[in-house]
Order: sequence, then C-alpha cells, then structure tokens
Amino acid sequence: MTAPDKKTARFSVMREDRSPVGVELAHLEKRYGTQTVLHDISLSVAPGEIFTIMGPSGSGKSVLLRHIAGLETATSGTVTINGHDPRLPETRDRFALALVFQAGALFNSFTVYENLALYLLEHRICPKGEIRDRVMRILKILSLEGAALKLPSELSGGMKKRVAVARALVMEPQLILYDEPTSELDPIMSATIAELIATLKEQFTVTTIVVSHDRDLALTISDRVAVLHQGRLRTVEPPAALRQSADPVIRDFLNPQIDLRNPRFKKLEASYE
Amino acid sequence: MNRIHAVLDSFGSAVTLAWRAFASLPSAPRILKRTAEHGYYGGYTTLPIVTILSFFIGAVLALQAGITMRNFGAKDLIGILVGASMARELGPVMVAILLAGRVGSAVTAELASMKVYQEIDALETMNIPPPRLLVLPRLLAVLVVMPVLTIAGNIVGWFGGAIVCHSVSFISVSPEAYFNSITRYLEMQDILDGLIKAEIFGFVVMLIACNTGLRTRGGPREIGFAVTKSVVTSLIAILVLDYFITKALA
Ligand SMILES: Nc1ncnc2c1ncn2[C@@H]1O[C@H](COP(=O)(O)OP(=O)(O)OP(=O)(O)O)[C@@H](O)[C@H]1O
Ligand SMILES: [Mg+2]
Repeated sequence: MTAPDKKTARFSVMREDRSPVGVELAHLEKRYGTQTVLHDISLSVAPGEIFTIMGPSGSGKSVLLRHIAGLETATSGTVTINGHDPRLPETRDRFALALVFQAGALFNSFTVYENLALYLLEHRICPKGEIRDRVMRILKILSLEGAALKLPSELSGGMKKRVAVARALVMEPQLILYDEPTSELDPIMSATIAELIATLKEQFTVTTIVVSHDRDLALTISDRVAVLHQGRLRTVEPPAALRQSADPVIRDFLNPQIDLRNPRFKKLEASYE
Repeated sequence: MNRIHAVLDSFGSAVTLAWRAFASLPSAPRILKRTAEHGYYGGYTTLPIVTILSFFIGAVLALQAGITMRNFGAKDLIGILVGASMARELGPVMVAILLAGRVGSAVTAELASMKVYQEIDALETMNIPPPRLLVLPRLLAVLVVMPVLTIAGNIVGWFGGAIVCHSVSFISVSPEAYFNSITRYLEMQDILDGLIKAEIFGFVVMLIACNTGLRTRGGPREIGFAVTKSVVTSLIAILVLDYFITKALA
C-alpha cells in the first residue's frame, strides 16, 4: 500500500496494519423471544486460519456469522475481533471485514459494477482507473465480466451469489465471512470458489470463516471444521479427524445415505401422529 | 402508554439519524453528485403537480375572496389576500404535503426495502454508514428544492388568482390592480417566512421518510406499512409544526 496522500487520508479507512485478525467467541448465547438459537458458544479462530462451520439447516450458522460481523447483539457472552467489539464503528474503521450474505444482499438499484466499486469509491481506496481494473479482474475470475452492467434483478441465482462473493473479495478484507458461498453454484464454479478461498489465504493476510453445507469444500480447504447442531457446538476438529469421527450425528451429516426402503420422512410422519 | 413510548422512540431515533447524517457533513463534496440527483429527481417529479395545484388554490382563493368582498366593496384587497395566503401559508404547506406524498413515500419504500433485503446490513459491514450514503444527500437536496418549489407555487398561485379576478364577471379586477395590491402590501418578510416554513417542513418530511424506512423490520408487508406510516406522520408533523412556526414568526 502506498502512503495515503492528503486527499485520500481524510476519508479512507485508516487500518492500523494489514495483519490478519483473530476472532474470539466466549459463551455466546442468543435468544429471539423464547427461542434460544445459540447456546454457550465458545471458540477462537486464529489469524490467517480457514475455519468452516457446518451444520443442519436452522442450526444457527447464519446467526453466528451475523454476530461476528457485528450485526447482532448477543443476549449474553462476547464476540471480539483482535480484542475489539465488532459492533463498534471504531472496530470497523480499524479492520476491514466482509460478509458474503446467504441471500446475497446486493444493492438492487446498483449495477453489478457499482455494487463492487462502491466500497472502493466510498473509502477512496484507490484512484478511479485502478478501481476499474480491480473490479473487472474479480468479475473475470468469477466469469461475470459480461454481467458488469446488469442490475441484480437481471441475474440468475448463482450469478447473484458470485457477485456477492466478488463484492467481498474486491474489498481485500482482513476478515472474510462467507455464508454458504457455493450453495447455488454448479460443481465447477463451486470448485473455483473453493480454490479462490484457499488461494486468497496464501496471497493476502486474511482470516476466513466459511459457513457451508458443501462437504468437499469444507473438508479440502479448511484448517478446522466446527459442527453446529441445534445451536450448540458439537465439535471443532481438523478435517482429517472429522472424517474419522465416531459421533453418529456427524457421521450421518457427512455421509447421509438415501434410504428409499426406509425413508426418514416416514419416521418423522409417524412421530407426528 | 406503549404508543407514547413508540412515538418518543421514533422521535429520538429521527434526531439521532439527523445528527449522524450531519456528522458526516465533512464528506459533503463527495456526495455532491448524489445530492444533485436526489434534488433533480425530487424537484422534477413534484414540480408539475405543484404548479397545477397552486394554480387552482390561487384561483379558488381569489374566487372566495371575490364572493365575500362582493358585499363589502374592498376588491382591491383581493390581490394581497391571495398573495399573502399563498406566500405565508398555503404555498409551503401544499408543497410539503405533495413532497410527503410524492417523494417521502418513495424514499421510505426504497430504504425500507433496502433494510428488509439486508442491503443496509451490507453497508454496515462495509463500514459505509447509511446516514452518510443514503440520508445526508437527501436532506441536503430537499433544502435546495423546497424554496424553488415554494416560489414556483407562489407565482403560479398568484397568476391563478389574477386570471379568476379578471375573468369572473362579478369580481372583474384588472390584472394591474390585482398585482398592484400584491406589490403594495406584500412584504418581503411574508415571502421569507413562507420559505423558512417550507425549509423546516421539507427537512422534517425527508427525515421522517428516511427514519421510518430505516427502522422497518420484517418483510414486504412491513414495507407497505412503513410507507403509510411515513406519509401519515409527515402530514401530522406538517400541520402541527405549521401552527407553532406561525406563532413563533408572528
Ligand atoms: N431475526 C430472527 N428472529 C427470530 N428468529 C430468528 C431470526 N434469525 C434467525 N432466527 C432463527 O434462528 C434459527 C437459526 O437460523 P439460521 O439462519 O442461523 O440458520 P442456519 O443454520 O443458517 O440455517 P440454513 O443452513 O438453512 O441457512 C432458526 O430457527 C431461525 O428461525
Ligand atoms: Mg443460514
């Protein structure tokens, strides 16, 4: 990074340094009304780590990510990024953080290009010409260069997801949170994104937290995998150990057998009556 | 009790929002383009209806005044009656009401949908404060547009009155006499007071629109509720404020 001149210094994010950040959750608990979504979650993600959170639908993965991004206030317990509360503006000034939302959360009245350029423009990260290069390069990597001038409403589901990923990557953040980055993508594009996440870690100093159902992605690129089950941490292990796990919940989650003779929904139906 | 609490709560959040928006005023040069766009859009969409309504308000005022004055013979006062009513009261109030309906509702709908579809959350994580990006340009734009719309409304209204005075047989005041009455009796202060009102109304309408939009929670149905709430709150605020500003300026 070049030394900021006077004009940019006034508005740009004054990052203390570009070293990756660590994330620490201590006894995090979240209740919505009477429903407890997260129970006593404690974990720490080391700087530069790729940390994956897996778990069944509705187990609280997205809510957990929103806490780390500082968008939710915990009922009790704490979330810190390098010791700072992510909800405070000062923390956001200090560390660049990006969240890839599960539903994309693209700016619907902006084109794809504007969605990506907004952060760079607002924070005066680099001159206009350079912004163009940076945005187009990311779009190209994600095969989106033809969609640069389209509005989000003109994109397919998977394209929206890729724009959401691109919008996060173009920020070159120190902490990047992906909520199911590959859920709507074809196998090749999923592999591309997995490769991208892994490469990014080597190129930049970035800490990565991925929420994903994608077993291949989780087990190939992660340093450690956490399994969330009904709002509780079931385990936190490196992928190799997870594969060997004796826990029936984890085994069933990683290798669900489609059993046509004895389908699961029949059991659920029976228990309803 | 809950209602009072809710009203105070949204009042508090509106004040905070205005504060946060203006705290980012040092970044104003950067939002000049956006301010101009909002101003252009707001002015452009509201001007036609402002002129139409002003014309007829001026015309009706002149007609009513004419009917009343028929028995008193003080016809040379019709001009100042129309002129002052437009400038001090009806111009600013009407423009503000149209702004609430035309621009305020659209702003609330846009911000509410950004909130519901997590675009606001996305801005927060990108460390782009929504008050700076979304609210400040709109507040500045409305401050530019309100005086222009109000003056346009006043002038068109005066002409509406003039045409009625000239063409209705039982009034038959010539345009010269009508405008003479305006220029003789209407003071600069009357027009300025009207513009002060217009600025305050416009600012409050836009602040209510932004605040209601950003406080929306839930789904598409709540976006609809938010728009209704924004317009109704704005209308109440305009008329209540009108009383107090008029009193303060008297
Ligand atoms: N704003 C909210 N208000 C009330 N309940 C909520 C809210 N957000 C999430 N929940 C509840 O929290 C639970 C966990 O939701 P979450 O979105 O974290 O699931 P998830 O693990 O991300 O699931 P999926 O894999 O389907 O995305 C769900 O039961 C959901 O109903
Ligand atoms: Mg989720």
